[in-house]
Amino acid sequence: MILDSKIPSGPLEKKWNNHIMDGKLVNPANKRKYEVIVVGTGLAGASAAATLAELGYSVNAFTFHDSPRRAHSIAAQGGINAAKNYQNDGDSVYRLFYDTVKGGDFRSRESNVYRLAEVSANIIDQCVALGVPFAREYGGLLANRSFGGAQVSRTFYARGQTGQQLLLGAYSGLSRQIGLGTVRMNANHEMLELVTIDGHARGIITRNVTTGAIERHSAHAVVLATGGYGNVFYLSTNAMNCNVTAAWRAHRKGAAFANPCYTQIHPTCIPVSGDYQSKLTLMSESLRNDGRIWAPKKKGDRRPADQIPEDERDYYLERKYPSFGNLAPRDISSRAAKEACDEGRGVGETGLGVYLDFKDAIDRLGENAIRERYGNLFDIYHEITGESAYKQPMRIYPAVHYTMGGLWVDYNLMSSIPGCFVIGEANFSDHGANRLGASALMQGLADGYFVLPYTIPHYLADIPRDPAPPTDHPEFAKAEEEVVNRTKALLDNNGKQTVRSFHKRLGKIIWDKCGMSRSKSGLEEGIRLISELRQEFEEDVRVPGAADTLNQSLELAGRVADFFELGELMCRDALAREESCGGHFREEHQYPDGEAMRNDEDYGHVSAWEWKGKNQEPELHKEKLEYEAVKMVTRSYK
Amino acid sequence: MKVTLRVWRQKDGNSEGNFEEYQTEGLNPNMSFLEMLDVVNEDLTLKGEDPIAFAHDCREGICGTCSCMIDGKPHGPENGITTCQTYMRSFKDGDLITVEPFRASGFPVQKDLITDRSAFDTIMQSGGFITARAGSCEDANALPIGKEVADLAMDAAACIGCGACVAACKNSSAMLFVSAKAGQLNLLPQGQPEKDKRVLNMVATMDEAGFGNCTNQYECSAACPKLISEEFISKLNRDYVSASVKKLFKAKSL
Repeated sequence: MILDSKIPSGPLEKKWNNHIMDGKLVNPANKRKYEVIVVGTGLAGASAAATLAELGYSVNAFTFHDSPRRAHSIAAQGGINAAKNYQNDGDSVYRLFYDTVKGGDFRSRESNVYRLAEVSANIIDQCVALGVPFAREYGGLLANRSFGGAQVSRTFYARGQTGQQLLLGAYSGLSRQIGLGTVRMNANHEMLELVTIDGHARGIITRNVTTGAIERHSAHAVVLATGGYGNVFYLSTNAMNCNVTAAWRAHRKGAAFANPCYTQIHPTCIPVSGDYQSKLTLMSESLRNDGRIWAPKKKGDRRPADQIPEDERDYYLERKYPSFGNLAPRDISSRAAKEACDEGRGVGETGLGVYLDFKDAIDRLGENAIRERYGNLFDIYHEITGESAYKQPMRIYPAVHYTMGGLWVDYNLMSSIPGCFVIGEANFSDHGANRLGASALMQGLADGYFVLPYTIPHYLADIPRDPAPPTDHPEFAKAEEEVVNRTKALLDNNGKQTVRSFHKRLGKIIWDKCGMSRSKSGLEEGIRLISELRQEFEEDVRVPGAADTLNQSLELAGRVADFFELGELMCRDALAREESCGGHFREEHQYPDGEAMRNDEDYGHVSAWEWKGKNQEPELHKEKLEYEAVKMVTRSYK
Repeated sequence: MKVTLRVWRQKDGNSEGNFEEYQTEGLNPNMSFLEMLDVVNEDLTLKGEDPIAFAHDCREGICGTCSCMIDGKPHGPENGITTCQTYMRSFKDGDLITVEPFRASGFPVQKDLITDRSAFDTIMQSGGFITARAGSCEDANALPIGKEVADLAMDAAACIGCGACVAACKNSSAMLFVSAKAGQLNLLPQGQPEKDKRVLNMVATMDEAGFGNCTNQYECSAACPKLISEEFISKLNRDYVSASVKKLFKAKSL
């Protein structure tokens, strides 16, 4: 496997424009002859499907949800970054680019990130035109707030529901195209296999989750917009149905998987309260604009928060990182919370929690101003914990939230399988080893509205202008047979343990061994435990029901089976990366003060893994990260 | 705590359904209602029975997937939240809880507690959008929008498309859903060029999909997990009358 990143030549700020001018075009009359499959209809998928259809391509879109509007992009709370400099506070394309590269701990591809910053401003224009009701000032101009890892206010938001409003905007554009007949929408369809013919992606196999019907769909190109793999941890802020299956199936067909160990643990989530818990809930990072994070100075201090005097509180982020304070990036804030709890200074019943305190902000601005900014978040907190954050500080603890790793893509967002494109959280390209807040929405929409529509013709213009392959091609038959056999094996297994119980045990192993901090011995043990558990799963899982009907247990079983293989790869990747960077913290590689110790000389690369077959060791390929415009420096937020 | 569940079981859209009773024990009041159903399903699976199918995804009240009628109320006893945000502490030890799907002619049952709500998507496709091609838009601050208008549009835009409004209405009317989307877009200056067409098309599609008429009792608004105001229905009616009149007296093209 040769990884060619296809980064255009020329100075950083000219690369994207040059690339557009150098690329091939498909003439308007020919566009409708090209069939493009888009899998997933979140921010990236919906915006891509709508935009490609508007351009004239024949688009076939798929989601396993009952409607495109349900995708998990909808749950993003805080906001979306854009280099508009509307606040006159010194923002620019270069500053957004630099903050993102630095936030990612110099492990992202410089040219991709610059392009992301360049198109960011267009996204806001596009969303406003679609009717997204962003927050505004009394004069009618758009409002901004700050987010972690930045010292400017460049985040646009719609109350605490920014993801919802952006997704509904993209969904409305997609709906228009569906109504016009330019997009064929297949809701309730889960992709279970990628079909390749002569090494090119030419279609997918889906299962209709309502009827159980297995279907074949062919195309000239396949776009995967299927999100991240955070649910490998079982407990995460992801929706219950988020999974890695579509991406993993592409990986097994030849798409390299890049940096799987780069996972984001978000610092401000509601702590785990019991064994029955099925998911975790995020409290938006935007709360750190006004909330102050602290833990008691004394170990085992069980007094209620309001009885701990000011001088016995440790506002540890303000103490350790005075210039960024409570707005330190996510990886750093999460690790600091873990440290405080590991020292025995955690709060709440379990001791796994720290305080996020709004008392000073309420005293300064009044309760109404805080309600206006974060009312719905305070409500969610109240529903879940029964506590009012207006009266007492929130208790928070880090939780799995996002995955920076994903399928490897080149500058055109094409994976190592020609014709298979990967956009949004499903790819690896823009966030390096740590994503900054409010950048996921930016990347999803950038890929869908403004990048893929320009890069996909580079591929399509080069392939023969024949119709998409017939679905009776032997490769389709083979792929379908694989799906049917896998399904049958799961249903016929008739073991004694439920799918969910296995998922929970797998998640615990990954959280313990490949979570907020990792070590050589822990990761080696993790690989062994996962492999043993996988064997147990294959021998003893019980999947009730039948294949030809709505069967939620069967859906979950297929996803968990793929999580086993991914989980093992995450541990291997973390083991191979003998350094600490961003969300990947190796206990062996830290400075005396506990800060992450990067090793640019030996690990300044993307780790892209090639599938070699079941029970075979995957092969590691390295894409060296060349920084032309910025210098790799030790990241400091002090 | 323990509760008894009376759950609607239906094999598929072509079969008849019926209620089944399930006993649960050792529940924690801080469990969510859906986590309680998870526990019941784990038990059923181990006993070799078919687990209860229910729609769910984000479990934080924003995706609009979950849709249980709990003791006759869409999304359960508390106001302004979804099924997934309902916690067992809202019930008493020993309660008998009846769980059904959202029932409406526009929402056929697919299995157990899962219904087909694709009619909402069809309504959206007929007009729930502003036409704006990627790449053709002016600078976002070139069009100032007063905070009051933007806030009101956001109130309407908070709709999660769950269908509780339809399930709560004795006529299975979808007026609150349609009025929320049309209201958001019609309030904004960007939405003006397509305003009349939007309202006429969305209302026509809603009628075709088999949703009933609104008789102004506003059960919809009371059951809405986002508490969307019934005043958007009044606005939809005004916009509809205005668009119909304009259509009637439309100048002929030369």
